[in-house]
Amino acid sequence: MARVLVGVKRVIDYAVKIRIKPDKKGVLTDGVKHSMNPFDEIAVEEAVRMKEKKIASEIIAVSCGPAQAQDVIRTALAMGVDKGIHVDIPAKEFETLQPLHVSKMLAKIAQDEKVDIVILGKQAIDDDCNQTAQMTAAVLDWPQATNASKIEKGDKDVTVTREIDGGLEVIKCKLPVVISADLRLNEPRYATLPNIMKAKKKPIKKVTPKDLGVDTAARIEIVSVEEPPVRKGGTIIPDVDTLVAKLKEGGFVP
Amino acid sequence: MNTALFDCKATIIMHGIMFLRKTNRVGCRVENIGFLSDTTQKFPVERGEFNKLNNGHKGFFRQLLGDYRVITDNHDLVKYNNDWFGYVKGCSQIVLKPKTTEEVSQILSFCNENRLAICLQGGNTDVVGASVPVFDEIVVSTELMNEIIDLDENSGVIICQAGCVLENIDKKLEGSGLMVPLDLGAKGSCHIGGNVATNAGGLRLLRYGNLHGNVLGLEVVKANGEVIDCLSTLKKDNTGFHLKHLFIGSEGTLGFITKVSLQCPPRARSINVAFLGLQNFDKVLKTFRKAKEDLCEILSAFEVIDSTSMEFAKETVGITSPIGDYPYYLLIETSGSNPEHDADKLYKFLDLVLVKHLALNGTLATEPAKVNAIWAIREKIPEGFKHSSVLCYDFSLPLSKYFDLVEDMRNHMGSLAKKVFGFGHLGDGNLHLQIEVNEMSKEVRDHVEPNVFERVKQMNGSISAEHGMGFLKANYLSFANPPSKVEMMRNLKSMLDPKGILNPYKVFPWTYS
Ligand SMILES: Cc1cc2nc3c(=O)[nH]c(=O)nc-3n(C[C@H](O)[C@H](O)[C@H](O)COP(=O)(O)OP(=O)(O)OC[C@H]3O[C@@H](n4cnc5c(N)ncnc54)[C@H](O)[C@@H]3O)c2cc1C
Repeated sequence: MARVLVGVKRVIDYAVKIRIKPDKKGVLTDGVKHSMNPFDEIAVEEAVRMKEKKIASEIIAVSCGPAQAQDVIRTALAMGVDKGIHVDIPAKEFETLQPLHVSKMLAKIAQDEKVDIVILGKQAIDDDCNQTAQMTAAVLDWPQATNASKIEKGDKDVTVTREIDGGLEVIKCKLPVVISADLRLNEPRYATLPNIMKAKKKPIKKVTPKDLGVDTAARIEIVSVEEPPVRKGGTIIPDVDTLVAKLKEGGFVP
Repeated sequence: MNTALFDCKATIIMHGIMFLRKTNRVGCRVENIGFLSDTTQKFPVERGEFNKLNNGHKGFFRQLLGDYRVITDNHDLVKYNNDWFGYVKGCSQIVLKPKTTEEVSQILSFCNENRLAICLQGGNTDVVGASVPVFDEIVVSTELMNEIIDLDENSGVIICQAGCVLENIDKKLEGSGLMVPLDLGAKGSCHIGGNVATNAGGLRLLRYGNLHGNVLGLEVVKANGEVIDCLSTLKKDNTGFHLKHLFIGSEGTLGFITKVSLQCPPRARSINVAFLGLQNFDKVLKTFRKAKEDLCEILSAFEVIDSTSMEFAKETVGITSPIGDYPYYLLIETSGSNPEHDADKLYKFLDLVLVKHLALNGTLATEPAKVNAIWAIREKIPEGFKHSSVLCYDFSLPLSKYFDLVEDMRNHMGSLAKKVFGFGHLGDGNLHLQIEVNEMSKEVRDHVEPNVFERVKQMNGSISAEHGMGFLKANYLSFANPPSKVEMMRNLKSMLDPKGILNPYKVFPWTYS
């Protein structure tokens, strides 16, 4: 049976309207509702299903971020993950943390925990990088199967169906492997209340980047974060009939 | 009303028609047939003694509003003659779109003098046929009365014209950290004037109370054009009778609401939703009492769904329970200002509910996207009505008997019904009862009504909890109310609208042709 590691990032909930900080150096996060990155939720679900099918023996969820990152680890635990590892990154440092930093940390944990399969979301909805899975595979020098929409585990390998432009690609990779989850891989479950309660007692180990031997010093400087240009009020109307109806509704034509 | 039972039957047939899968949407044959609308072909209703619209009248309206705000084109009239669900359909030949109170006043005074009947219309989302003409009544729409007049952030009071769309008012308030105190599925279309006129309830009545409490003032135009200024913005104002209450829930029969002043609570910063599965209704009630005690001031919605409703939703709109199958489901929402405080309370409550075996299972959403997803389970059930043949009812019932009615009706229907199911605003004692049938027939409808209303009455319930009487239930007025109350209603009507031009055939029983 395989040992599985999943990455869970805490991001601003996708139903929340994003606001830019007054100094334009980032987005406002204080008092803003966060949740688990939706693609990571899919990764967790896949791992839990593997465990239910007795393909996986243990699932470890890792989150790199400030103290509140533990919230999404708890969510993963409630969904069925066995234990959590929180890589504590101070909020200020987190702003300039990049996929390269994260993949080095994940790679180290993957080795320490002797995992066979790493499943990450294909991208996080806040920075949309789509790099962490690929870089983690590179750091570990393991095969990678990105944008997975189906995963079938064999004895010493996995067969992964990938969503590519205009179709599907099926590839086979030797274990250990890094996989990134696409939208259609599965539909994540709702954690049930008894499991939410139980998750409170499951262990979360706290480590620092230093413990993992990773330097998280900023490699970028955020120059400016801007709102997308505001679309002027107006709608696209499908046909002339609708246009006429709208004009009449507004009392602009008889 | 003299022949209550006969009246009931006539209305019932209508009721059934409204839920047939395809409704007849053929254009109104106004030109040749005169006053014959779709509605009047289905219902034996007699036209009141009103004058017929002539070119002189049209000329007056055009002079007052200009050509653009007087609609007479047959094609353009369709939207105003048909109601939301396609139950009823009038054949008005004219729609007027005033922008100001002054214009409304002139229209009403002219119609009153000329004995022309009026149908008052807001967003036209009414579900009892109150918002569309029955015959050829002149439609006066609040569509262009959509200005927000003032917002006092300190007292949390907004004043707006009656035609403001509920959701637009809410968006305006969001910037000030406030919200509208009512929320309902039709919020993107319904107007605040229409909400007030129907005394709309909705999803958060449990928390914020009904519009009698939240409406601080109204400006209303009487049938004769006189403007009554009750547009107070004060929470306390005992300087005489509280006349605004007369118009809240009057369904357009006593006056034309032109402005509304509304009290708006602070917008909740923390919203959580729990979804629970329960074994029986006794446990549902126990959980409700516990929720009121333990969640107290943060409890903002308490909705119930029975297992048959969930089966129906699965078959028709593909919604499934996120926690497996149970006899009853509860959706419990909390809203407050402090996420940690609310979570703490909610976890303690949920822990207890599980430990005491009140709930068998459940899930919890604390993040906006998940909160919306859980709410969608409850809000999508009615969408299924469009994919099947369903008779729908809106009752208030004492809580102890809330689901007895569903069981009673299931037994009563036997094999005549495919499914009998209930869901609704349990926190307010408001049950939506549905009867799904293979095919809508007179046999089925006669079997349901008036029987179901009599049962509700025996249980000391109300046959219309939040939708009103409108046209479809008007003939039950005397069935639902004691004679003394109906008499006083009639007196008020004849005092405020002696010629009966405002929304005829609505609320008060109509005469048979
Ligand atoms: C999808 C959906 C969900 C709904 N959910 C709920 C719910 O949860 N709770 C609930 O209570 N109702 C609900 N309703 C029905 C509810 O009554 C209406 O949505 C709403 O309150 C009516 O507003 P409106 O602007 O559409 O009014 P209309 O439908 O245009 O009119 C309603 C009545 O008010 C009168 N009226 C309109 N404007 C004025 C005015 N300015 N002055 C005087 N009279 C006027 C009309 O003549 C008519 O009698 C729902 C309807 C739909 C379609």
